[in-house]
Amino acid sequence: MERSGREESGPAYLHVAGCQQPTTNTVEEPLDLIRLSLDERIYVKMRNDRELRGRLHAYDQHLNMILGDVEETVTTVEIDEETYEELYKSTKRNIPMLFVRGDGVVLVAPPLRVG
Amino acid sequence: FVFHFASVTRAFSELLTYSEFHVFGSVCSQSAASTLIPLLALTLACRCVFQLFYSFFKSLVGKDVVVELKNDLSICGTLHSVDQYLNIKLTDISVTDPEKYPHMLSVKNCFIRGSVVRYVQLPADEVDTQLLQDAARKEAMQQKQ
Repeated sequence: MERSGREESGPAYLHVAGCQQPTTNTVEEPLDLIRLSLDERIYVKMRNDRELRGRLHAYDQHLNMILGDVEETVTTVEIDEETYEELYKSTKRNIPMLFVRGDGVVLVAPPLRVG
Repeated sequence: FVFHFASVTRAFSELLTYSEFHVFGSVCSQSAASTLIPLLALTLACRCVFQLFYSFFKSLVGKDVVVELKNDLSICGTLHSVDQYLNIKLTDISVTDPEKYPHMLSVKNCFIRGSVVRYVQLPADEVDTQLLQDAARKEAMQQKQ
């Protein structure tokens, strides 16, 4: 499939058909920032102490997302009954392609570079 | 209609929703655009609807997926249908992960309310990532207007 210039003027038939071609390419809203991360690796913080790192392939205004090559991290806190010390455990798993429902998403960011 | 096939494919590939392009691609050969044209004229009319993921799931009907729910139940099955709320119907289901939920043994088909889905694990080779990214950009632009 050939790829023409995306955001600029479309082929003539589109104007003939009366279809509006989007022209703005500026970053105005927070969702535009996510648009800049398409096909990039991102970090997603979700509810219930879950985190995802993957390549963003698609998203919508609800923050439903399709991520590829995902690593999910689930963090749990176990409290020792006698000493009451908190033991943080995390479980990871890898999923090749994942749809994430937007109502679980809390934060979207570029991947964290630690150290 | 008299169009150059290659340029039509390029132009209308930007208009088609994800699933429509996939359906047309499988009906005719991957590169042939000849049968696209009358169908594209129809889709052109109903363009501006925010339905990226609905279209995406429609393109995955018949594929095996694993749906993980918010109550941590994972169900593997064949995607039978989906609707605008992303409610999912699965057929031939089985519970993945260790059989912690034996009461599902006799259930073959199920309807899952979209709001209780946490993840849907998809077959990576069934997903056209380039098409998805383009469709997401389009959807984002439309949503702004």
